[in-house]
Amino acid sequence: MFGKLTLEAIPYHEPIIMGAVAMMVLGGAALFAGITFFRLWGPLWSKWLTSVDHKNIGIMYIILALVMLLRGFADAVMMRTQQAMASTGAAGPLPPEHFDQIFTAHGVIMIFFMAMPFMVGLMNIVVPLQIGARDVAFPYLNNLSFWLTAAGALLINISLAVGEFARTGWLAYPPLSELQYSPGVGVDYYLWALQISGVGTLLAGVNMITTILKMRAPGMTLMRMPIFTWTTLCSNMLIVAAFPILTATLAMLSLDRYLGMHFFTNDGGGNAMMYVNLIWAWGHPEVYILVLPAFGIFSEVISTFSSKKLFGYTSMVYATVCITVLSFIVWLHHFFTMGAGANVNAFFGISTMIISIPTGAKIFNWLFTMYRGRVQFTVPVLWTLGFMVTFVIGGMTGVLMAVPAADFVLHNSLFLIAHFHNVIIGGVLFGYLAGFTYWFPKAFGFKLNETLGKVSFWCWLVGFYLAFMPLYALGLMGMTRRMNHVDNVVWHNYLLVAALGAAVIACGIGAFVLQILVSVLNRKSLRDLTGDPWNGRTLEWATSSPPAFYNFAVDPVVTSRDAFWEQKQTTGAGLQPLPAYGKIHMPHNTGTGVILGGFIAVLGFALIWHIWWLSVAAFAAAVAVGIGHTFNENRDYYVPSETVAETEGKYFKQLTSQV
Amino acid sequence: MATAHTTAHGHDHGHHGAHHGEGAHGSVKSYVIGFVLSVILTAIPFGLVMSGTLPAGTAIPVCFGLGIIQIVVHLVYFLHMNSSSARSWNMAAFLFTLLIVAILVVGSWWVMAHLNANMMPGAMPME
Amino acid sequence: MSNAHSVAAADAALLHGVEAHDEHHHDDGSKTTLGFWIYLMSDCILFAAVFAAFAVLRGQTAGGPDAKELFSLPYVAGETAFLLVSSFTYGMAMIAAEKQKQSATLRWLGVTLLLGLGFMFMELHEFAELIGEGAGPDRSAFLSSFFTLVGTHGLHVLSGMVWMVTLIAHVLRRGLTQANIVRLTCLSLFWHFLDIVWIGVFTIVYLSGVAA
Repeated sequence: MFGKLTLEAIPYHEPIIMGAVAMMVLGGAALFAGITFFRLWGPLWSKWLTSVDHKNIGIMYIILALVMLLRGFADAVMMRTQQAMASTGAAGPLPPEHFDQIFTAHGVIMIFFMAMPFMVGLMNIVVPLQIGARDVAFPYLNNLSFWLTAAGALLINISLAVGEFARTGWLAYPPLSELQYSPGVGVDYYLWALQISGVGTLLAGVNMITTILKMRAPGMTLMRMPIFTWTTLCSNMLIVAAFPILTATLAMLSLDRYLGMHFFTNDGGGNAMMYVNLIWAWGHPEVYILVLPAFGIFSEVISTFSSKKLFGYTSMVYATVCITVLSFIVWLHHFFTMGAGANVNAFFGISTMIISIPTGAKIFNWLFTMYRGRVQFTVPVLWTLGFMVTFVIGGMTGVLMAVPAADFVLHNSLFLIAHFHNVIIGGVLFGYLAGFTYWFPKAFGFKLNETLGKVSFWCWLVGFYLAFMPLYALGLMGMTRRMNHVDNVVWHNYLLVAALGAAVIACGIGAFVLQILVSVLNRKSLRDLTGDPWNGRTLEWATSSPPAFYNFAVDPVVTSRDAFWEQKQTTGAGLQPLPAYGKIHMPHNTGTGVILGGFIAVLGFALIWHIWWLSVAAFAAAVAVGIGHTFNENRDYYVPSETVAETEGKYFKQLTSQV
Repeated sequence: MATAHTTAHGHDHGHHGAHHGEGAHGSVKSYVIGFVLSVILTAIPFGLVMSGTLPAGTAIPVCFGLGIIQIVVHLVYFLHMNSSSARSWNMAAFLFTLLIVAILVVGSWWVMAHLNANMMPGAMPME
Repeated sequence: MSNAHSVAAADAALLHGVEAHDEHHHDDGSKTTLGFWIYLMSDCILFAAVFAAFAVLRGQTAGGPDAKELFSLPYVAGETAFLLVSSFTYGMAMIAAEKQKQSATLRWLGVTLLLGLGFMFMELHEFAELIGEGAGPDRSAFLSSFFTLVGTHGLHVLSGMVWMVTLIAHVLRRGLTQANIVRLTCLSLFWHFLDIVWIGVFTIVYLSGVAA
């Protein structure tokens, strides 16, 4: 009846896990009670969960990302604590089978359920506004994408309380991840969580590309697009091109596990290295999927706060496109040691070095943008400067490891761990946090507290160096990754410093959370009435903050790059009120995405636990709901022109009262 | 300034118009041509392999060549890709995809063939 | 000058805004078909990954039967015929739909559906025979990749057929509306695309397998 699922699946005997589960249950109960007490279920459902407004969906993505950031960071703290405590012969608090789940969960959560939703969220909020569109190309699909991502995240979190998570590392290499060596449900949780959220990501990619290609404001040619839109376009091209490889590869591993096939098994002619090959053919583009939008954010931030147009816009675009293509021919540098031989390693080593060139060009563009500009050291700029220093170090250690001979020494050592955290924290995370601070007033209508933002930045920066520079040294001394305990007193002090670094980062995260709370409390004084708090350059600043649900009452006409800046230069002001407005065509909200996401989550859970009847039922229900939705004719409506005139009138009144 | 704006605007719309043209779904004639060509291009490789007239070393490349030609026939006569769609996003997306497919398939095969040659020379039935 | 410009720009914006709503937000289908095309491209890469796995694993028979022993080319030629003819009949359905001939459209869709069923039947029959002979997907890496590749294609054909039934219902309900034509166009892209993938399958899996 319940497949492999029994009450034994709940790990009662693990106090740490049960503590975390209790926290989750209490938190969830408090949230549920709060929403019920304040009678918020109705508004939550109709304004948020079923929303097809790209801004609301973007905000939901980012909330998901921040929650998962806390979960993934808790894993990081546990790892640092364990290694610091278990490097002098002691066993440390975490048993190996738990430690293995933690480092797997940390990687999976940070990449798939923190970075990806954060990125998609920022794109969702910003890109339609930047290109002067009223929404994305397929608003309902956008909602569905979010719920698929959320369903994947839900499965990962359920794995904490019911059953276990994979103990295989974040890419679940076979043969370890095959049924023979991982007979539990951990790998199945991994597979289905990633498959479901992967489909969501793919659909989001299709949606975003179509939006950018088809819905730009009149006059916005490709070379007039804001740079963040460009990097979003390229990043989504990579999503559409790379995620199917992930889907196919994980499907093959699932077939091995569920139907006894022999793709990657030791016997039957299977080839585990084919998995490694395929997963990295997705995995390397994935790195650029994450970092390209961050590059876009830095470009926007640095040009806005230097009050200068971006230096070398054209070269920035070409560099981005080059990286997009090159990112597909470097994947083997993740497994130089596999033994494909000198020719193959040389090719991928050289291509890896080549891809650093367009990236380096970008660094110079940012430097020259700042050069002779009036740089305002706001929080987003601090993140950008922190990025430029940190990312260059990470890039250099990356090029170092691109030398196959050097990689044979450094492969799977802590040097590698330090390298990719160096580029992912220094590049991706700093970028998203810069973007978060930069666009927060646009999304919510008030700015974030500046002081706490600076505290958070400095804690993150210092904490990062404390946590990861020792790992470079440890890697060179020969410490490999994913060690539950080591008996080497010499390494102990380095691991202590690294743990201290994690504590400083914890302060940074604390300051960040506090920053949001304080800003919400002081939202009146931090209010952004103009819609243009930073003297911005691109079209998202040409609307009120937060923008009306239809974004633009009339389509903006674009005549140059930095369209809004040019408009302010020529007319001396932003938007002007018009004598009359037309009616606006908008999509209706729909609950289909939530319902479908729910059924798919049930489907995933049923497949993980081999509850076949439930799988069939959930799948059938999902198909029925999906097909049923196509028969819904009541999808859109017109906003009457009076409503538009009224909304716009309010905004212009607010604008003039401000001046 | 204003002139620049109108031309840019016009251009954008021109582009849009070009997309519209593709909406047409070909004529019966083009489907018949495509169908007949496909039948021929399917029959030849099947006949070649079934009769065994050519040695495997020649037959396989010939089959691949004919397969590629047939894919082009399908693209042109069934999916209506032609020179007027050359400037469209569909074509750009298609070419990018072809590139990625080639990298993925050829690259994987190359990597794995070298791996097998280096790591398990005894057990390598790839060729 | 700047003032005059701003007024002109505002007027242009207004005019454009009023006239552009329909163009931007009432989808004439070009957005949907482009989006669907991009999805198809991703599907193409999905197949490429499975093809790559097949190319690498095709020789790994683990002492089991190989392609030469298992595949019957005349049978595959039959499957190919079903798919190829169905591509043609779907084209006829599209032409009828463009001309607003509802009953002809439905007839051609029905024929296409039957041909698809024929293909599916042949494929399942082939799978059942192979499994019956002890050459199932768990026999060897070669057979795992064979069943997965051909089965992935088959699942696509199956979902294409479910979709076709849905569209027949749509057309019966509302007629050949603009929205339904866009839907039929997307399915036509999908259906022809599956035929193209099949060319890859019979060339790489069956013909090369038997010829080698």
